[in-house]
Amino acid sequence: MGRITLDKVRKAFGPVEVIPPLDLTIEDGEFVVFVGPSGCGKSTLLRLIAGLEDVSGGEIRIDRVDATTLPPAKRGLAMVFQSYALYPHMSVRKNIAFPMKMAGVPKDEQDRRIEAAAKALNLTDYLDRRPGQLSGGQRQRVAIGRAIVREPSAFLFDEPLSNLDAALRVGMRLEISELHARLKTTMVYVTHDQVEAMTMADKIVVLRAGRIEQVGAPLELYQSPRNTFVAGFIGSPKMNLIEGPEAARHDAHTIGVRPEHIAVSTEGGQWQGRVGVSEHLGSDTFLHVHDTGLAEALTVRVGGEVALHQGDTVWLSPEADKIHRFDADGLRIG
Amino acid sequence: MARAVSTRRKVFTTALAWGLGLAIFFPIFWTVLTSFKTEAEAIADPPLWVNFHWTLENYVTVQERSDYFRHFWNSVVISVGSTLVGLIIAVPAAWAMAFVPGKRTKDVLMWMLSTKMLPPVGVLVPLYLIFRNLGLLDTRTGLVIVLTLINLPIIIWMLYTYFKEIPVDILEAARMDGAGLRNEILYVLTPMAVPGIASTLLLNIILAWNEAFWTLNLTAAKAAPLTAFIASYSSPEGLFYAKLSAASTMAIAPILIMGWFSQKQLVRGLTFGAVK
Repeated sequence: MGRITLDKVRKAFGPVEVIPPLDLTIEDGEFVVFVGPSGCGKSTLLRLIAGLEDVSGGEIRIDRVDATTLPPAKRGLAMVFQSYALYPHMSVRKNIAFPMKMAGVPKDEQDRRIEAAAKALNLTDYLDRRPGQLSGGQRQRVAIGRAIVREPSAFLFDEPLSNLDAALRVGMRLEISELHARLKTTMVYVTHDQVEAMTMADKIVVLRAGRIEQVGAPLELYQSPRNTFVAGFIGSPKMNLIEGPEAARHDAHTIGVRPEHIAVSTEGGQWQGRVGVSEHLGSDTFLHVHDTGLAEALTVRVGGEVALHQGDTVWLSPEADKIHRFDADGLRIG
Repeated sequence: MARAVSTRRKVFTTALAWGLGLAIFFPIFWTVLTSFKTEAEAIADPPLWVNFHWTLENYVTVQERSDYFRHFWNSVVISVGSTLVGLIIAVPAAWAMAFVPGKRTKDVLMWMLSTKMLPPVGVLVPLYLIFRNLGLLDTRTGLVIVLTLINLPIIIWMLYTYFKEIPVDILEAARMDGAGLRNEILYVLTPMAVPGIASTLLLNIILAWNEAFWTLNLTAAKAAPLTAFIASYSSPEGLFYAKLSAASTMAIAPILIMGWFSQKQLVRGLTFGAVK
């Protein structure tokens, strides 16, 4: 079991309140991702759950037990750190065995679990090496191995993939998702990368300045962002936000249209503009269109092979039912 | 051309380093040499290098007149004892300062260091009186206490510097893995800090071994270590250079041998953290 409940949890460092009172429930078996720009308090929130920081107020319950003042060792959670945090003086085998040794698991049971974890994580050949002799991806696997052998009630991941290169990151992302599908254990995952959030999460928690901006399934956040911050943060490239008369025409202070919901034509359409930089990804092309009179630049997604050049005049037409409307406070209308 | 310049530079720096090394080593070399001369040869002018009558007479006389092994044993007990007691106090203190620093941690560290800037003679009389009243004069216990206190700031500072180099993530990982404070210090912090602790231990044994001011002033006969053993040959009956040299050689030999065998740890410890 791994149900985590935060009840009016608050954290202040001296006079600075980094997390105002906050409520959140993480259901058993859920994959929850905390996402937000750097400094939004997502890592602090994770460390509060872990017990590595003391809460300044409120209550944390793990499986209905009050864990607010329990030390990290007593919470039954496992954590994977961004820096891997392996014990450099121990072999891979001893690293993985350490939590079991602390828990007093019998030796033969330890060996059985180490073998199983090593097999699942492709570490069998490296068990007698020191962490210093491993690559970044292997180290991260050892850290994950160390977390799974103790069979925790929940896993906490603190930006585990940020130190890996792009190709490895995609691979590890898949591995972690598969791990979750297999173990069905609660996972709480912190990242600043909205792609990781979208692809892995059952539930995304978007944070800004310690406050929860929105909680929901990835597609829910994508389709109906609660405010302009979430609208701009979820989705890549960012949603185009337009203010002024065009927004007023839709009875809104701000309207938002995603780059993939705008049709481009060289003959005619709703908004006229001039092509600036285009980014070719192969499968897609992102055009930055200027001089529309709506915003500094609008981003538009078109197919992989387009014959548009810098300076060409184009017409853009947003899909009418995909326009998001926001009021003067940035909150969603309708 | 760049290579030629760098070779010349290499030769120059090598020569300079050897020159400095030999200059530093010379007094020790001369002391050892003098210890094998007769008293007359020891003060001969011009000085004699090797063409004298090599003799072990000084060593025999010194051992006959004063009991070397009693002084040696006192030195061992005092230096090792004060270093171990110091480490037992300093490891938790440095852990706290490095990993749970408070607002005043830096001030406390500076304040501790400031005690090293005090001229010891300034507190000699009060300390002497305290020791006399407590019956600690001329006892090894008394000297262990004094040398522990004298060297504690250095021990704490060295350990603090080593501990600061240990990523706090790893200690947090240990906590997440179910280790309490005792297991965290025992299985994770200490093994990672072994090079630092070893060099702290060695350096402090050397400092305590060589400490002369307090050991000379607070002992008379029973607890007198090798520093007192040397001093007994310097003044009261005029100067006996050859015997003084023999006593000095016997006094520095153990620590010199220990230093020689542990030089790797000493250097590694002293430069620990300089390069990541």
